[in-house]
Amino acid sequence: MDKIKDQPFIDRVDGVQKVTGTAKYSAEYDFPGMVYGVLATSNVTKGTITAMDTKPAENAPGVLAVITHLNCPELPGYKNLPDQSKLADIKKGYRVFYDNIVRFNGQPIAIVVADTFERATYAASLIKAAYAKETFNTDIDVAEKSGKALEGNNFKEYVRGEANAWKNAAVKIEAEYKMPIEVHNPMEIHAITVNWESDTKLTMYEKTQALSSTQQSVMRAFGLKQENIRIITQFIGGAFGSAFNTWPHSMAALMAGKKVGKPLKLMITRNQMFNLVGYRPQAIQKMSMGASADGKLVGITHDATAMTASYNEFTEGIVNASRSLYNCPNVNTTYKVYPLDLSQPTWMRGPGETTGAFALESAMDELAYAAKIDPIEFRLLNYAETDLEDKKPYSSKFLKECYQLGADKIKWSARNPEPRSMKEGDWLIGYGTGSGIFSAWRGAAKVGARLLPDGSLILASGVTDMGPGTATAMTQLASETLGLHPRDIKFEMGDTNLPPGPMQGGSGTTSTLGTAVHNVCQSIKKKLADLVKDNPMFHTEIVHEVKVDDLLFENGFMMLKTDKSKKISYADVIKNAGLKEIELQEDSPGNPMANHSAFSYAVHFVKVMVHSRTGVVKIARCVSAVDAGKIVNQKTAESQIVGAVVGGIGMSLMEEGIIDHRYGRWVNNNFADYHVAVNADVPEIEVLFVNKPDPVLNPMGSKGMGEVGIVGFAAAVCNAIFHATGKRIREIPVTPDKLI
Amino acid sequence: MDNNCKNEGRRDFLKKSTALAALAVASPALVKAGENDEKIAALFEKIPLNIEVNGKAFSLSVEPRTTLLDFIREQLHLFGTKKGCDYGQCGACTVHVDGERINSCLSLAVMNEGKKITTIEGLANGEELHPMQKAFIKHDGFQCGYCTPGQIMSAVACINEGHANSRDEVREFMSGNICRCGAYPNIVDAIMQTKKEGSTHD
Ligand code: FES
Ligand code: FES
Repeated sequence: MDKIKDQPFIDRVDGVQKVTGTAKYSAEYDFPGMVYGVLATSNVTKGTITAMDTKPAENAPGVLAVITHLNCPELPGYKNLPDQSKLADIKKGYRVFYDNIVRFNGQPIAIVVADTFERATYAASLIKAAYAKETFNTDIDVAEKSGKALEGNNFKEYVRGEANAWKNAAVKIEAEYKMPIEVHNPMEIHAITVNWESDTKLTMYEKTQALSSTQQSVMRAFGLKQENIRIITQFIGGAFGSAFNTWPHSMAALMAGKKVGKPLKLMITRNQMFNLVGYRPQAIQKMSMGASADGKLVGITHDATAMTASYNEFTEGIVNASRSLYNCPNVNTTYKVYPLDLSQPTWMRGPGETTGAFALESAMDELAYAAKIDPIEFRLLNYAETDLEDKKPYSSKFLKECYQLGADKIKWSARNPEPRSMKEGDWLIGYGTGSGIFSAWRGAAKVGARLLPDGSLILASGVTDMGPGTATAMTQLASETLGLHPRDIKFEMGDTNLPPGPMQGGSGTTSTLGTAVHNVCQSIKKKLADLVKDNPMFHTEIVHEVKVDDLLFENGFMMLKTDKSKKISYADVIKNAGLKEIELQEDSPGNPMANHSAFSYAVHFVKVMVHSRTGVVKIARCVSAVDAGKIVNQKTAESQIVGAVVGGIGMSLMEEGIIDHRYGRWVNNNFADYHVAVNADVPEIEVLFVNKPDPVLNPMGSKGMGEVGIVGFAAAVCNAIFHATGKRIREIPVTPDKLI
Repeated sequence: MDNNCKNEGRRDFLKKSTALAALAVASPALVKAGENDEKIAALFEKIPLNIEVNGKAFSLSVEPRTTLLDFIREQLHLFGTKKGCDYGQCGACTVHVDGERINSCLSLAVMNEGKKITTIEGLANGEELHPMQKAFIKHDGFQCGYCTPGQIMSAVACINEGHANSRDEVREFMSGNICRCGAYPNIVDAIMQTKKEGSTHD
């Protein structure tokens, strides 16, 4: 095994497949007679479809079917809906081809099926619809002025101590922070291949982060038995939260595949990635904060406004970080959400916290400067030793260590703290910091294990992997727990026929699945020990019945702790016992957090260079120090944080979803106009892990890390820009126009 | 287009006219509704293409509107080349045409008559991975792996072009390949190592 920074790691177990192009994503399954689905979409924003002309499309060469709301197959899931007329709009939801209502621009109004992709694409362009248009609003500013925010339990005001206590503080700031819509835009365009084996049975290859819930939703919609829906997701080309829902295009593909009775493939377009598979909602946040002259927080008031679709109540924990990150006695938060005539948002990497921390961590910096205290010093002065929101102790918290590690690495104290004081030629230099917090948790999952007669191990769980390297981490864990070389372990995943795994997301996969893997490996050890308990080789004068605790498990052998020369291979144990194999299944028994609060933490340090005349911002250096508990695989863990930081660079400097509010249409729904960070935008990114185990969450001591790596990063950039220029930018992305 | 192509076109048209005449005399009873249209469309829509992909010669016919990317994926079933945008904005579809990197979504299959295409499937030498592929694994130059075939094809060409003389140059000349997982620093590491070890064969 290789060593990197004294941590063991293995290379990705699926690396060869990924570099040779043999890793299969959802649009890459071949069936004889494959047909192609292409969506036609509305070009109005709100209203009803009054007429459709599908004839030219139906008559176009190669076309097998056109499905619209007019000939939508009867779906059990559509038939059994509660009376829609009695529901508030926000509760109605949206089901593709269910009715003639247009709820957002670009909504699918038809799916065209043809024998080739080109023919389906051409035919879809022939679909015509007439609409009765209605007035609409896609602008959050307009909604805030004249609209009505959603009501209900999700929008209750939170007050701890005294509301608006900041007003009476010696030092105070008030500021408003804005961020636009951001879009996940994984490189793999969402795609699905469906293969109905009969009217009641199908296999689908779907881009999903959650096999079980996808299976449930297809089951309900089509009235099928669970065992008759097999979902296969071997590889996901990135998702970042965009692949939890069973989106309209997937439902359309399922309907169409059933109707034509042929295997069908549908890959939406990059344009459609902007409004058919969710996005991070736009948000406007007002922070009002006060501290005593000696730098103790007196009060935080965080008022957040965000948006959702008219038909879907999407909420996220934007204000949560303000309640729990610092030791502040008086905190009050409000969260308002306005429905707009846009498609629905969804979770995106670090949902809620990423948005909230941009405001909170920018405001902390403003307050630190106002109080004339070093921003890191200021955070240490307000360090929370217990969770004041939940009133529980932390399972583990090494945030202090993060501040220390990161500050040392970037030489924080060597900078001149005075804004606009550092220069290199035409470039103004600045350093900034921002912290991130994200819930750590553990869910329920099952893992099956088979130890084969040759001593190799097969683990199996119905989890999917969008990139962090779940199979790699699980292989490594099993290797360490069971004493097997990684190459003798195979981790099977991505199939609903396997024991049900967890969803992949929310930074809980390793914690959840790892617990089940750990447990199943322990059970195998017990079973092996049981099989050799009577073997005289292991008997000593004192020990006449060997127990698992008397044994070591290394390199495929079990041996006596006291005398390693007495050993037997797992293969021989199985053979001697006359067994075919050892097969076991174990669970992760869900959340162990009744008495604790658990979070992962990250502290980002950024060095920026701002061009004094053009306002161009370059990220010159990033150091991110992370408390994610014990690290399972240093290499893939580093990659996850690097990836999150790259996402953060995009978020701070370039990503901005733009809607033309006159038409309710997307303006920049492609990669030429919606900029994400490219190679030239990204400097060296240094990742430091505290790497201390969490004693409560799971047997590995790990916490999550997929999300926390982006939380607080945008604030670090804006704070660095302030340090470089003396100009406080409160609206991301920080494009050059905002600096000149 | 050169003269050669024009001549081809005329010959094709003649061939098609003959076939159309044959269709026209087929007994309507024998031909299902629409099938005529279908056959006529197919005749007009497809033109022959000779192309070499990963050392294998193919002689088949394609619709002129089929992109090289869709041809490779849907007709040759080589799914290693990815579609990330279909508009030439992401680099996921990068392949080599006569040794040079291009976005295959921006090229029509028929524009590649007589050309040699290399896709990610053609990079390794049997079981032996190309040094760039090995370096990507070693430096963890990917997460989800979806941009990876395009990155690797681009990376090999980047060195061959002489555009890998410094980390900054690599960053610049690899910026046509988006990696949303953000593996960029590791990708640069992989390219610098491959360049250093002097292996640039295609
Ligand atoms: S798919 Fe060709 S550049 Fe994106
Ligand atoms: S590895 Fe996922 S996009 Fe590059």
